[in-house]
Amino acid sequence: MTSGTLTNPSATLAVGSLTAQLQRAERRKKMRALALTLPLLVFLMVFFLVPLGSLLIRAVENPEVADALPRTGKALADWDRKTPPPADAYAALLADFTAFKETADAGALARRLNSEVAGARSLVMGTYRALPLGENLSATEARAKLLEHDERWAELPYWQTIAKNSSRWTPDYLLASVDLKRTAEGDIVRVEPEAAAFSDILVRTFQISAIVTLAALLLGYPLAYWLATLSERKANILLILVLLPFWTSILVRIAAWIVLLQNNGLVNRFLMWVGMTDAPIPLLFNRLGVLIAMVHILLPFMILPLYSVMKSVPPNYLRAAISLGSPPLAAFFRVYLPQTYPGMAAGGLLVFITCIGYYVTPALLGGPGDQMLSYYVAQYTNVVVNWGMACALGSVLLICTLVLYTLYRKLGKAELSLG
Amino acid sequence: MKLKPVLIAIAATLALPVFAQSTLTVVNFGGANGAAQKKAYFEPFEKAGGKVTQVEYNGEQAKIKAMVEAKNVTWDVVEVESPDVNRGCDEGLFEKMDWAKVGNKADFQKAAVHECGVGTFVWSTVMAYDGDKLKTAPTSFADFWDVKKFPGKRGMRKSARYNLEFALMADGVKSADVYKVLATKEGAERAFKKLTELKPNIQWWEAGAQPPQFLVAGDVTMSTAYNGRIDAAQREGKNLKISWTGGIYDLDYWVMPKGTPNKEAAMKFIALASSPDAQAEYARNISYGPTNNKALAKLDAKVLAMLPTSPANSKNSLQFNTGFWADQGEALEKRFTAWAAN
Repeated sequence: MTSGTLTNPSATLAVGSLTAQLQRAERRKKMRALALTLPLLVFLMVFFLVPLGSLLIRAVENPEVADALPRTGKALADWDRKTPPPADAYAALLADFTAFKETADAGALARRLNSEVAGARSLVMGTYRALPLGENLSATEARAKLLEHDERWAELPYWQTIAKNSSRWTPDYLLASVDLKRTAEGDIVRVEPEAAAFSDILVRTFQISAIVTLAALLLGYPLAYWLATLSERKANILLILVLLPFWTSILVRIAAWIVLLQNNGLVNRFLMWVGMTDAPIPLLFNRLGVLIAMVHILLPFMILPLYSVMKSVPPNYLRAAISLGSPPLAAFFRVYLPQTYPGMAAGGLLVFITCIGYYVTPALLGGPGDQMLSYYVAQYTNVVVNWGMACALGSVLLICTLVLYTLYRKLGKAELSLG
Repeated sequence: MKLKPVLIAIAATLALPVFAQSTLTVVNFGGANGAAQKKAYFEPFEKAGGKVTQVEYNGEQAKIKAMVEAKNVTWDVVEVESPDVNRGCDEGLFEKMDWAKVGNKADFQKAAVHECGVGTFVWSTVMAYDGDKLKTAPTSFADFWDVKKFPGKRGMRKSARYNLEFALMADGVKSADVYKVLATKEGAERAFKKLTELKPNIQWWEAGAQPPQFLVAGDVTMSTAYNGRIDAAQREGKNLKISWTGGIYDLDYWVMPKGTPNKEAAMKFIALASSPDAQAEYARNISYGPTNNKALAKLDAKVLAMLPTSPANSKNSLQFNTGFWADQGEALEKRFTAWAAN
C-alpha cells in the first residue's frame, strides 16, 4: 500500500488508501468478532474438546504394565507366548519388582493384571511383599526363587497377559466394548457368549432410542399441528404447558413416575377400578416404565422444532389443495406433511441423540435388562473403577452419535446444523 | 435495613470455606447406619470440640481414587467394605493407620486390625422377610429359591458377591465348602446356573435402605438385606424378620484417603469411634457387632442377642472371604454384569 502511494501520488492514492481503509475496517470487524467469540471458543476448548480428546486417548492408553515392568517387557519381546517363558524374563521380573518405589506401584500393576487374569492380584502383591528373594541371582536362580515362592509363576496366562500389555497402547478396551478380544497370540476373536454383553446393550440402546423417537413423533405431531393452528395468544399459553415439565428437574419427574406407576400407584389403581385388570400390571423396573418416562421427558424436544416449522407453513396451500378437489386426508399427506419434514427430522434427531446418552431414567425406572450404554460407562467409572473400559464405551457412544449426525447431514441436506 | 440480611448472607458465604477447613468430612453408608454413627460417634466428637460433616455413598471407590490422583482430597474419614480396604491399601489410596493412637491391637478382633484401616463393626448380609405376610418362616436359602412354596419376588443386591455364595448354599453346598467350590470353574458355573433359575423373580437393590422398603411395600416376599437395616425397621414397628442361616458376615473399616489435610483430626475421630464406650453405644443403636472386644462387656444380653456375632446367629453363617474376592472379584463381577444385562 505504501509503495503505491510513493509511485503514483495522485489517483491511486485515493483508491489505494480506500482499499486499505476498507481492509483495515474489515480486519477490525473480524478481530472484534473473534474477540467476542473468543471466550466461547476457549470455553469449548477447555471444557469440551480437551476432555473429549483425553477420553479418546484413555480408551487406548495402557501405561500400567509398561511403566511397572519395562525390563520384563523387553525380555518377553521375542517370546512365542506358547512355550514356558525364558529364564531371563524371570530375572527381569524380579529386577522390575525390586525397582518399585512404593507399594502403590505394585498395587497398580496388580489391579491391571487382575482385570484380565483372575488371581494376578494375590500373585503380584504376595511376591512384592516377599521381597527380597535374594541378591545377585542368576537368571535360573531367579526363576527357581520365584517358583519356590509361588508356583503360579509357572502358569502361562500370567505371562501372556504381561507380554500382551507391555506396549503403551492397546486396542483391548475398544475391542471389549464391542465384545471382541485379542487372544494370547494376538488374534482378534469374539468373547465367550457368557461374557458377551455390550453388542446386545448397544443394540438395545438404539432400539429404545428409536421407539422413544417414534412415540414422541406420533404423540407430538398432532399436538404441534393443533398448536400451530391456534391463535398466537392461545398457542403461547399452551406452549407454556408444554414447557412447564421441561423446566422441572428430571429427577422430580422420574420420582413422580415412580409414584404413578408402582404396583399400588395411581395408574394401576385406575386400571383395576375400571376393571381392565385384576392384578396390578408391572409398570416399574421394566422396559415399559422406561419408555413411558423417556417419551414424556423428551416430548418437548420433538414438539418445539415441529411447531416452529409448522408455524412457517402457510395454511393457504392446504386450503388450495382441498379447493382444487383433493380429499382432505390426501391433501394433508401430500401437501402439508412434506413441508414439515425438516421439523420432523430436526425433532427426531434431537430426541434420538439425547436418548442414546440417557442414563438416569433407565437406571431408576428400569431393571438390569433395560439399561443403556451410559449405565455401563457409569458402572465402569464408579463401581469397577476401570476407566479405560469406561472411556472405550464412551468413545463408542461418541462415534455412533457422530456417524448418525453425518448421516443426517448427508441425507437431510440439513437445515438444522448443530455444529 | 433490608440490606442487612443480605450482607449477613454474603458474610456467611465468605466465611464458609474457613469453617469447612476445620470440619472433618466423614463418609458412610447413610440411612440407619449413618444415624447410629451420628449418635455414637459424631455427637461425642462434636462435644469434644470437633466438627463433622456427614457424606453418604454406596461404597464406590472411584471418587477416592480420583481425589487421591488429583491430590485434592476432601474426604477425611471413609467407611469402606473389606475388599476395598485391601485393594486401596495395595494401591496407595489410603494413609497408614497409626495404631498407637487407636488403642491396643490386642483389644480388637483379629480381622479388625489392618495396616490401612480399623475394623469398625461386624455386619451380616442375611435373608429377611415380612412376618405379617409369610405364615411359615423360610429357614434356609433353599427356601429363598423355592418360589412355589413362597411365591413372589426376591430382593437381592446387584452384585456378584454374596449372591454367588447364596446360590451355592441354595444348591446344597455346605457353608464351610462354599469358597472351595466357587474357586473352581465348575463351581462358578453352578452358582450362575442356580442364580439363572431365580432370575425372573429377582428385584435388584443397590442401597442398603431399599430391602426393608421393598419388604414393607410388599414388592418382594423375601430379600437379602444388611441385618442392621432390618433391625432399624423393627425399631420403627415393622414386623420384619431375619433368618440367620447362611448369612455372610464381614467387617467395615475406617480408612483415611491419602493426602487428607485433616489427618490429625481424622485420627482423633477414628480413635474415639474405636473406643469401647462409643462402639457399645453404636451397637445399641443398630445391631452391628463391635470390633473392640471391651465394648461387648458393656452390652446387655438383649442387645448381644441381636448382633451377627452372637453364638446363635453366627452358628450357621459364613465369613466373607476377602482374599478370594480380591483375586476372583473382577472376573466374577464382569461375568455377573453380562449375565444380569441379558
